[in-house]
Amino acid sequence: MNGLPGYNFAYLDEQTKRMIRRALLKAVAIPGYQVPFGSREMPLPYGWGTGGIQVTASILGRKDVLKVIDQGSDDTTNAVNIRRFFNRTADVATTDRTEEATIIQTRHRIPEKPLNENQILVFQVPLPEPMTRLEPHEAVTRKLHALADYGLMHVKLYEDIARYGHIATTYDYPVLVNGRYLMAPSPIPKFDNPKLHMSPALQLFGAGREKRVYAIPPWTRVESLDFEDHPFSIQRWQQVCALCDADDSFLDEVVLDGGGRMFVCSDSDYCRTRQAAGHTGTENTPMEVSA
Amino acid sequence: MNDPHSLLASPLLPGLDDPVHDSQQVFRTLLSALSSPARLHTLSDLPQSPPPLHAATGAALLALGDYETPVWLQTPSDAAAAWLRFHCGVPLVSEPKQAQFVLIDRPLTMPPLSAFAQGLAEYPDRSATLIMQVTGFVPDGPLFSGSGIASARRIGIDGLPHDFWRSWQDNRAIAPLGVDILFVSGCSVVGLPRSTDVQYNTASGGD
Repeated sequence: MNGLPGYNFAYLDEQTKRMIRRALLKAVAIPGYQVPFGSREMPLPYGWGTGGIQVTASILGRKDVLKVIDQGSDDTTNAVNIRRFFNRTADVATTDRTEEATIIQTRHRIPEKPLNENQILVFQVPLPEPMTRLEPHEAVTRKLHALADYGLMHVKLYEDIARYGHIATTYDYPVLVNGRYLMAPSPIPKFDNPKLHMSPALQLFGAGREKRVYAIPPWTRVESLDFEDHPFSIQRWQQVCALCDADDSFLDEVVLDGGGRMFVCSDSDYCRTRQAAGHTGTENTPMEVSA
Repeated sequence: MNDPHSLLASPLLPGLDDPVHDSQQVFRTLLSALSSPARLHTLSDLPQSPPPLHAATGAALLALGDYETPVWLQTPSDAAAAWLRFHCGVPLVSEPKQAQFVLIDRPLTMPPLSAFAQGLAEYPDRSATLIMQVTGFVPDGPLFSGSGIASARRIGIDGLPHDFWRSWQDNRAIAPLGVDILFVSGCSVVGLPRSTDVQYNTASGGD
């Protein structure tokens, strides 16, 4: 069983996989450093996760169980399409339960449930270079990385404080990996930044359009940039999840038909697991327990 | 290679049984070895490799090597050269600095780590990966810590030159430049990326 007839296992040809695999091995050896790779044209446009898909295709094996999330949800277009893509081209098992997955490809979230050492998290990255909005020339940003000169980013954060009174960056919040490389964690909310630090799971990042892969090995120091008098802090909500009553998860604000609003967990698997365990919020009744 | 009968006398050994899936499994083990350094990983169902290649060395080169990856062999071997050229088409180079993958089969007489590609300040990934064949692994040895290691752990690597860990510290000192190492013995692999710190005492630091 090799998936789609006429295609290699997991879509990519073997030479491409080898090239990406070699780049990934260097990426884990140099945590946070962006390794260039020969990004291939994929059967979907840039911006839809072509980098993440190429990383997943290169590491995926027949025994893997794949979970794909988009903004925390298993059921949104991007997640459904990528899951179906690998189901068809590699015939691998898929799941929406975080704890069952061996590979989790994600767009813009880290699951709420703690990951373990046997899992790999693959991030889809639109802009791998954290300083790209401050310095557009790659020749310059490469030199800044070589010199570990990240003053530019600190000035940007300082200007936020001067202008707004606090650091206004709320997603793709820059981090320093293993005390050396400044890294863009992809547009995850800064709420997820603490989960990058000392994660038991290997974290791989793929940027298809920008042709870069990078990695955070397990148990690696990841610090969010801040200042002594303006320490890093994550988002907090007044509300709890309207479906599962969680007060510790990242909440999405949903506008209701009647004009009201409710806050629900962005991680659909976390919310569903809590509801199945009997937690209920204000907007639903307890789940029916089938006899 | 000068004797045309030598190849006929020893027919070419087969490569990976199922190239697509076997190389994926080998790669995942190597990925795990480099992201969890100083931990013993074992490969299974490997094909026989021609001497001086250990089974895991051969599998790693088959899984990762192709026309883009120059390989340097410490001990030139016609059998290994023919096998590598046929199965993965790697160019074999005579200059250690040109190689992306380096096979060290006799660590005691190996060149210094600085003899291999160290990467560039702006492209530290352009450095060599050394596959070092050692005599074996034992539970007790130097203390390893760093990225990928939850709490410092020990592993002993047999068959290294007595000053090896001192030269590793020189390799650490130029981080993020430097080489990465895969120690191999038979079907076992232990990864040592440039990010790993080693604490040793001179008594246990060598052979």
